[in-house]
Amino acid sequence: MTPQANFMILAPIRQGGEEELCQLLESMNDRPEQLNVNNPLIPFTQFDTLHFARLLILKDNSVNDVRAYGGVPVPNYPLYLAFLGDIDGDADRFFDELVRRAGDGLRKIFSFCDGFEPTTELVRWMKAHSAPPIAAYVNWRGRTVLQIQEEAALQEALQKHLQNNAADFGNLSARQIHARLQEFIQKEKAEHRLKVSDARPTPVWWRIKNALHMIGLPLLALLLLPILILPALIYIICLRRLEKTDPELCWRVDQKYSDMLASREDHYVTNQFTAMGSLKPGLVRLLTITGVLTTVNWAARHITPRGHLGRIRTIHFARWVFLDGKKRMVFFSNYDGTVESYMDDFINKTGFGLNAVFSNGIGYPRTNWLVLDGCQDEQKYKDFLRRHTLPTQVWYKAYLGLTAIDLERNTRIRQGLESTSMSDQEAREWVALL
Amino acid sequence: MGCPSMTKTEIDYSDVQGLVRFGYGKLRGASYALVRVRNQTAAQSWLCHAKVNDATIQSPPPSTALQVAFTADGLAALGVPPAIVDNFSTEFLTGMAEPNRARRLGDIESNAASKWDWGYANNTPHLLIIFFAKPAQLSDFIASSKGKTWAEAFDEVRWLSTADLDGVEPFGFTDGISQPEIDWNRERDVTRPQIEYTNRIALGEFLLGYPNEYNKYTNRPLIDPDPLNRELLHAEDAPEKKDVGRNGTYLVMRQLQQDVGGFWDFVKEQSGGDEGRAEKLAAAFVGRTRQGSPLVRSQEKSIEGVGSDPDDICLNQFTFAKDPAGALCPFGAHVHRANPRNADYPGRPTGLDKLITMLGFGPRGFRDDLMSPVRFHRILRRGREYGPELLPFEMHDLKPAQDSERGLHFICINANISRQFEFLQNAWIANSKFSGLTGESDPLLGNRESIPGCPVTDGFTMAGDSALRRRVSGLPQFVTVRGGAYFFLPSLRALRYFAATKSA
Repeated sequence: MTPQANFMILAPIRQGGEEELCQLLESMNDRPEQLNVNNPLIPFTQFDTLHFARLLILKDNSVNDVRAYGGVPVPNYPLYLAFLGDIDGDADRFFDELVRRAGDGLRKIFSFCDGFEPTTELVRWMKAHSAPPIAAYVNWRGRTVLQIQEEAALQEALQKHLQNNAADFGNLSARQIHARLQEFIQKEKAEHRLKVSDARPTPVWWRIKNALHMIGLPLLALLLLPILILPALIYIICLRRLEKTDPELCWRVDQKYSDMLASREDHYVTNQFTAMGSLKPGLVRLLTITGVLTTVNWAARHITPRGHLGRIRTIHFARWVFLDGKKRMVFFSNYDGTVESYMDDFINKTGFGLNAVFSNGIGYPRTNWLVLDGCQDEQKYKDFLRRHTLPTQVWYKAYLGLTAIDLERNTRIRQGLESTSMSDQEAREWVALL
Repeated sequence: MGCPSMTKTEIDYSDVQGLVRFGYGKLRGASYALVRVRNQTAAQSWLCHAKVNDATIQSPPPSTALQVAFTADGLAALGVPPAIVDNFSTEFLTGMAEPNRARRLGDIESNAASKWDWGYANNTPHLLIIFFAKPAQLSDFIASSKGKTWAEAFDEVRWLSTADLDGVEPFGFTDGISQPEIDWNRERDVTRPQIEYTNRIALGEFLLGYPNEYNKYTNRPLIDPDPLNRELLHAEDAPEKKDVGRNGTYLVMRQLQQDVGGFWDFVKEQSGGDEGRAEKLAAAFVGRTRQGSPLVRSQEKSIEGVGSDPDDICLNQFTFAKDPAGALCPFGAHVHRANPRNADYPGRPTGLDKLITMLGFGPRGFRDDLMSPVRFHRILRRGREYGPELLPFEMHDLKPAQDSERGLHFICINANISRQFEFLQNAWIANSKFSGLTGESDPLLGNRESIPGCPVTDGFTMAGDSALRRRVSGLPQFVTVRGGAYFFLPSLRALRYFAATKSA
């Protein structure tokens, strides 16, 4: 299995460079919403391990919200450029490839960033400006871009074959159909019309790291449990008090801003989402969000079933990143369907998780015991979220027409095809996927 | 908005326009006037005197009915101040034809608003005025309702006539069978997770001013009391404010032209000319037979909000849970897309199972838990058909002379257009990836336009004779959008308030 990794380069933009940088980024698009995948700056399609990528200016419209907390001054945050992606294999190798194929383009882009000079060594600079996530979600750990493409081709070949030879399959049982299609695919593979690559061995270092990560967090929790009981009680009392007094800042976003966001949405079956805001001041909130996101990260990596983030099955990749010394946070995701259905999915299917994380952001609708209420105030929550949503100037997806559910279907088809012993029931379920 | 108040007041039916409660099915004649305000004072005077029917039950039932709704432009044209208009929902304010919205609704290419007969740019109506009467009395009723001020008050954008097809839509299928039951008395506790499919839906999903399925009051204009708005009711959730929206709601109207000849030609061609098989395929598209029987069997157990007479049981006492493989009713069938009849969790879990499911460790089947709970996405349909009637055998072999324009004046009522009508249209009807499918769209309503990376959206899969599913491809576009708009259907108090507004 090839594990997935992510990267994010985060660099302050030079004073006054925002507008020109924005234009440069937009020049990578054919239309505001449509990336030219062969653009001369970063020819995205040349990277065959890249799932998703985006470049955007992190322009937080809500920095003044912190004023709602009286004495807290409004910090003078820098304006950042963020370049992030989700890849197969490790980030170091990808950076080398990035520099090889898009070095000039990246230099042009990064030249708008503070401290980047023509003589700067690109890879070292990118590594020095890496912003790792506090939590990340991968829909299907181990499924590579190559596998996705091969499985899609497999599914297409099967569908075409069935369409063209419908009569031959008419009287066959599910198991017979399965066997016939196995033969067909064997033949296609033998004649090099189809390729199904074997999974590569899981790197040993990754396995060790993963195992340590898996036992590490519960172990730590277990060890700390005895000394945490009293502080936990105090923490709960503090949190409850905060919940009752934290201000709600959720009003309808300016229509022009919302329309600008909307003009970039729903052109494809998948959308990108970026939301940014300030965290509530104080230790209690910092501990809460760190604890919750560490748990989310651990659970997403080790215990949630593949293809699921809680009950949500439409997210490809997502991550949470702290900025400015944990004063601010930005959330990125790639999801299927419209933003309206995305928000409904979150509210209706995993509202408790949403509350536990985002209620630590300034202005979130009032929660109760951290996980209750909050986003159940549907319209307030949607207004809150829209206000914190940022436009993404450049967005790339390697498999434009495929949803996470498509990917799961294709994987199930491939797995079934490789199965040598299937019960009647399994065969029927498999055939139903075609 | 805030939490529901402790005291539930009883609904004042005399303040609600009748259409929310009744379809006026006995009044088989109907006509829709789409008009623009020509003269504000005259328009207000006409509205002042208009005898708009309310939702009280009358005995004998009224022999005519008049209903009035406004677009955002219409409210402005009447002189309703921006401080009020701007607090209606974004969807209502920007309108159905807004380009980003149109893309989500599938109103592109042949459905594009720029090609509409009405509802775009200069022919966006200000008001929708609905006239119901017995067919023979309709024209007299319209004439008497119009009165003397009409011509001075309004410019007519369009008159839309309707046809009484005896409850059958133009393709030949019984229509309007499934409707949500409004929980008028607010008896269902919406805060409890819905483990079973329910057809009884919170009042606030269909009327503003009442708690919705989230137990919240949908946003609407609330204003400070003043002598002019004395008659308006207070907001339940903000008693110091007057509620302009209360007992009003949003009305979505779309003119959907149906290609009846094209539909039956295609279905027949796919069935090798065999009429029996053609009927079956058409029923698979719809998810019901022509007479309305669902393709899945009705269940023994009653469903909350579904009536108990044999007809209700036969037509609506069913869910798709017993047909997980789509063997009886295809996943992509119109009735499945329009109402998946699901609950809050897959597999009806209780106790510990519920917690396990909530955390994402529930059923793991390919199609499990793909859809949002339907109780948040219901609409109340109130449309009427138009175009000359055809007999079933005529549809199978439509002569060119009979091929005149037919369709549906689709009307639905909901309190939150984006979460109800738009979600339904976008995430379920138009979605090429609905319920784990790919390359399909609603067999009746889909526009068949490609999406980048998904060239095909004109397929349809259904259980075949063998283990293999049958895939029908190349479905033509059967329905074309010819017009549409979002309206506000005010309460009678709000209507009188608008009619009395003094222009600034």
